[in-house]
Amino acid sequence: MAAPIDLHEVAEREHEARFRTRWRVKACSSTACLSAGAGATIAAMQEACEGDDLSLEAQVVPTGCMGLCSAGPLVRILRRGGDTHMYQKVTPEAGVEIIRSHVENEQDVPEYKLNQDIPFFTSQQRVVLANGGVIDPDRIESYVAHGGYLALEKALTTMKPKQVVEELRLSGLRGRGGAGYPTANKWALLAAADSETKYVVANGDEGDPGAYMDRTIMEDDPHRVLEGIAIAAYATGADNAYIYVRAEYPRAIERLDRAIRVARRNRLLGRDILDTKFSLNVEVRIGAGAFVCGEETALMASVEGRRGTPRLRPPYPTEAGLWGYPTMINNVETLANIAPIINNGGEWFASIGTEKSTGTKVFALAGDISNTGLIEVPMGTSLRSIVEAIGGGVPDGRTFKAAQTGGPSGGCIPAKFLDTPVDYESLRELGSIMGSGGLIVMDDEVSMPDVAKFFMQFSMDESCGKCTPCRAGTVQMHNLLQRITDGRGTRQDLRDLEHLCTVVRDASLCGLGQAAPNPVLSTLTYFREEYEELIGVEVAHG
Amino acid sequence: MSDTTTRRAAEASNRPQGNHPSGDNRFELVDKHLKRGRYAQDQLIETLHVAQDVFGYLSEDVLIYVARALRLPPSMVYGVATFYELFTFEPPGEHSCTICTGTACFVKGADAIVQGVSNKYNVPAGQTAEDGSLTLKTARCLGSCGLAPVVVFDGEVMSHQSLESALAVVASAVGGGS
Repeated sequence: MAAPIDLHEVAEREHEARFRTRWRVKACSSTACLSAGAGATIAAMQEACEGDDLSLEAQVVPTGCMGLCSAGPLVRILRRGGDTHMYQKVTPEAGVEIIRSHVENEQDVPEYKLNQDIPFFTSQQRVVLANGGVIDPDRIESYVAHGGYLALEKALTTMKPKQVVEELRLSGLRGRGGAGYPTANKWALLAAADSETKYVVANGDEGDPGAYMDRTIMEDDPHRVLEGIAIAAYATGADNAYIYVRAEYPRAIERLDRAIRVARRNRLLGRDILDTKFSLNVEVRIGAGAFVCGEETALMASVEGRRGTPRLRPPYPTEAGLWGYPTMINNVETLANIAPIINNGGEWFASIGTEKSTGTKVFALAGDISNTGLIEVPMGTSLRSIVEAIGGGVPDGRTFKAAQTGGPSGGCIPAKFLDTPVDYESLRELGSIMGSGGLIVMDDEVSMPDVAKFFMQFSMDESCGKCTPCRAGTVQMHNLLQRITDGRGTRQDLRDLEHLCTVVRDASLCGLGQAAPNPVLSTLTYFREEYEELIGVEVAHG
Repeated sequence: MSDTTTRRAAEASNRPQGNHPSGDNRFELVDKHLKRGRYAQDQLIETLHVAQDVFGYLSEDVLIYVARALRLPPSMVYGVATFYELFTFEPPGEHSCTICTGTACFVKGADAIVQGVSNKYNVPAGQTAEDGSLTLKTARCLGSCGLAPVVVFDGEVMSHQSLESALAVVASAVGGGS
């Protein structure tokens, strides 16, 4: 067996290589920027830097997401020991021009310059996404140079499994998949389970339309996810782990697969990790397009190669999970928080955010908003500062109508609640949920019954068919919404719709069905007049 | 994964003679995957992915082949394959047009693009045109919400689309439509 990686030596070598050239150019190569043409820009800049006159002056590093997807392709140029300049909408020609201008004349290029002092950047606090736009996701050395795997080393060599769970309890971290269950409780349950075989599963089945945080984490920082899984397995006594990823994310699958191979070769996974007695086998499992597989019991069925239908709980996965063995399922973003917590301590983490919702949350900001992209803010940040300051408000002179969180399981939050702090409890009180982090802004042109119908169609299509309230109820609710939005609805239809909402919510087997009525309920609560107008009820305006 | 397998499939089908007992060399690629997974039954979904990559779709023959190899009842293999959205049982069209219908794309008007392309080429979403020229698909969410509405034509992601721009791209590859 090869010797394990020497983290400190690799980090040092990497730091030396970093100062090989006077300038370093970081180019975002995440999906959004690639669709905007980053591939050609990066190729052109690399070619320019390989030429004789620039080869000793600048190097190009492809990185993960820099956040402001609507301004892509994004490029950052850093002077050794000096300033950083950021550029937007960088074409291949502009990329070369920017490098030449900096290297040869020490001049920036105002035409493409992106001001980094805008709230979009200054109001964020990056913990989970700290490496996004910084490291090269394909190189473990780059991750190690930014403190990668130090948390695993610390946990394995200086902490007992119980201490790791205790540190997590101090941090107050709650599940980032949406429900917000305290992560330390889950870990403690698995740790207490009496079994030779235990499993840890990372849930990367990010199915909510409008959410792409987990994809970005898996693509941009795959080793961070692996490190979180390894620490989780150590703390709970598991020796096998799966990462369940949607098939719609081929780049994430490819990068995780490669990261697992490289980590194994460096003795960060596999047998006797870092020469300790801890061993862990990690495998990627691929979904095949079923939203319900984000539900943990359905996910386990899918990992076993079966139809992804949920089952009743209890027994909970920590009692009887994969193949009947105790199993713990954590969301990808949850696991990405583990390494920073171990490195900096649970108290540090608990100092970010609010008392009950600690840490940060990543949101995918999209819809009718100026700055679309990926943001990370402390829990408890107000919806207003996310939409207006970070998001830059609603464009084209239109006004904000609602923010949708939690996807098909969440709800629409109207303008009057813009000052609500974004945390698990506050959002639930408003009839929505934190969800996995999709945040879609809608302007005054969007019809709320249409939005409700859109989500109901989603839930109807994705209902797995196992239990009747969800299978039949979502179809009936969709029919009613179709009638209402067509202008053929009656008062009775509206009453039936409200009745079905409670039936489906109370009687469905799993979270998909139980939460399917949420978009209808929340739009009925806040935008009832739109429904009534459609069924011809006189509405008192004003 | 997909790229390499497709390349391998091309290499395999270019070979003059099939060494596989079935006479179709593409089964060798499925075999290779099965072997690597030690014929474990929990590899079913991964195996179906590989088979679909290699053959383009899952025919009855392929499903039975996978069932036998993994020693699973064909009913279970069929049940799993039909449960998941991404498996398809018809040969795909020459070109594919996938329109994202996630929330952000919905807010930005993706529905009109689906309707427009569907009407012009007389192909319902999720199906292939009768002449086999175009497969029209909708996607739940491609996770590129900052680029909404998103259309993927023959694997190329195109951002901020309108019905006109989408139709123009389809027309340039497929032709005028009816």
